[in-house]
Amino acid sequence: MSFVLVQVIVGGLLLGAVYALFSSGLTLVWGMMNIVNFAHGDFVMLGMYVAYVVYTLMGGGPILGAPLATLVLATVGVVVYFALIRDIMKGPMLAQILGTFGLALLLRYSVFWWFGANFLSMPQDIVGGTYAFAGLRIEASRLLAGVVALLVTLGLHLLLTRTSLGSKMLAVAEDQTAAQLMGIRPDTMQAIAWAIAAGATGLAGALVANFFYIVPTVGETLSIVAFVTVSLGGFGSVPGALVAGLLIGVIESLSGYLIGAVYKDIVVYVLFLFFLWFRPQGLMGKM
Amino acid sequence: MRRLIWLSVVVAVAIAYPLLLSSPFQQRLGALVLLYAIAASAWNIVGGYAGQVSVGHVVFFGCGAYAAMGSYAKFGLSPLLGIPGGIVIAVGLAAIIGVPTLRLSGHYFSMATIAVAETMRLIVTNTDWLGAAVGLSGPTVPRNIFDLSFLSSLPYYYLFLVILAITLFITWWMTNSRMGFYLRAIKDSERAARSLGAPASRTKLYAYMLSAAFTSVSGALYAMMFGFVDPESGFGILISVKILIMAALGGAGLLFGPLVGAAILVPLEEISNSWLGGKGAGLTFVLYGAIIVLIARFQPGGLLSLFTRRRKPTSDTGAGHAP
Repeated sequence: MSFVLVQVIVGGLLLGAVYALFSSGLTLVWGMMNIVNFAHGDFVMLGMYVAYVVYTLMGGGPILGAPLATLVLATVGVVVYFALIRDIMKGPMLAQILGTFGLALLLRYSVFWWFGANFLSMPQDIVGGTYAFAGLRIEASRLLAGVVALLVTLGLHLLLTRTSLGSKMLAVAEDQTAAQLMGIRPDTMQAIAWAIAAGATGLAGALVANFFYIVPTVGETLSIVAFVTVSLGGFGSVPGALVAGLLIGVIESLSGYLIGAVYKDIVVYVLFLFFLWFRPQGLMGKM
Repeated sequence: MRRLIWLSVVVAVAIAYPLLLSSPFQQRLGALVLLYAIAASAWNIVGGYAGQVSVGHVVFFGCGAYAAMGSYAKFGLSPLLGIPGGIVIAVGLAAIIGVPTLRLSGHYFSMATIAVAETMRLIVTNTDWLGAAVGLSGPTVPRNIFDLSFLSSLPYYYLFLVILAITLFITWWMTNSRMGFYLRAIKDSERAARSLGAPASRTKLYAYMLSAAFTSVSGALYAMMFGFVDPESGFGILISVKILIMAALGGAGLLFGPLVGAAILVPLEEISNSWLGGKGAGLTFVLYGAIIVLIARFQPGGLLSLFTRRRKPTSDTGAGHAP
């Protein structure tokens, strides 16, 4: 294999880890509450703008921006849960989809109105230069994003499977009434799930803000990427999202390199439809 | 009887409107209301009656718009002749999206529709034959009446009124046919309907295809009135948003819901655009987002359900029953 191809694959894996990170949030909420957050990509977009504001107002890099974006978005998640999700969850399907879809528009165009449609970007050397090992050249900002996203996604998996908080959330997902009888508050657990899910998008947003263009409409593309990742990985499964996220990152990079940059999104979307046709339960999920 | 009186009042107002309020702005406004009402009524067939929320409905709109403009720009034919082609493409696409996803939970359907709409937008933007980012234009000077290119909005107004009437009539006919009963049963409880022998997936698919056909026609009419189509006005997500919000605001699953929604929102948008100018573009959609969230949160049945609910407490608007 040529070096260029390896370079492309490594780049895809690093980006894919970030996809995995924010898609875990979507899969968590979907698996636990059976609700699809159509504003998920717009949460990532908000994270990017938080990082941008932190940089322009305080001159802080990702060390300040990433934790702050996580915190801000986790708060947004909790507010959204109590103000909207808790009520529309009990309503008809139309209300569930309209509710989060409307939220997506509200967030996207509020940012559009405030910051304008211009492409913003962070200074290129905000994280550091470009590393070279074994002939590969990797930007520090992408390396940071990939590694942090991978670690946090694995941490999220451990949190859900190995801690008592994770067991409680699983219990609520399985059977709300039974969980309540065991002394677990479904409301609290679901609010925590939203905090985690939105926090993950905030972190992901702050990480990609260092090398992506920052623009209000990026949320739409990222939402679809999250849908594809979750459908591929099987809904409710964080390890599934991790594998699917990495896979999609690589597929996107490879098709961008081999076919052309404008077609990389088309390839991923068509893949999504292909999976819906032939394997709707995803790569490793159950129906 | 009361229904009949109401209906004749609505029809009389609709016919008289452009004659009473005859400034070009008012006639254009009326034509736009009817145009969006056609698209929103078409969405209503699948989104309201079948309860399957298509958030990428613009894809059919775009098929119609491109077929109409394409038949002129590529073959020199009347845009009217593109309409059947647009319908065929739209119905085919609906089958491609619907066959796999309508078997699954409704979320998959919604996600697939948005992905297909984006895919189509990207493909069209990168296809030179379809004018890429610039799009296609219709006839600048009409060769004959079949080019449907008029300076005044009045002919468009009556044309749209006829098409809207056809759309609503077929919707009404559908709800009173066997298919309508299936749809209502499926919406209340798909499992129960299936166990009683209602062909759930197939019925939903038919509703989706019917909806796609009418949406395609509305797209073609839109392109004829504006004389051009580009990827954003043909396949942009914001058209989907407008279609969806009008149906949901007026009342999804109610015959006249989309018309009411369009009659409220189209003037609102025109006014906010003329007041705020280009700066208001973002703000209009902030407002739309807020309206959608509020409907979902407080009145998922839409405005018209405020009236119907009083008459029959167990309305079939989908409001207030657990999924």
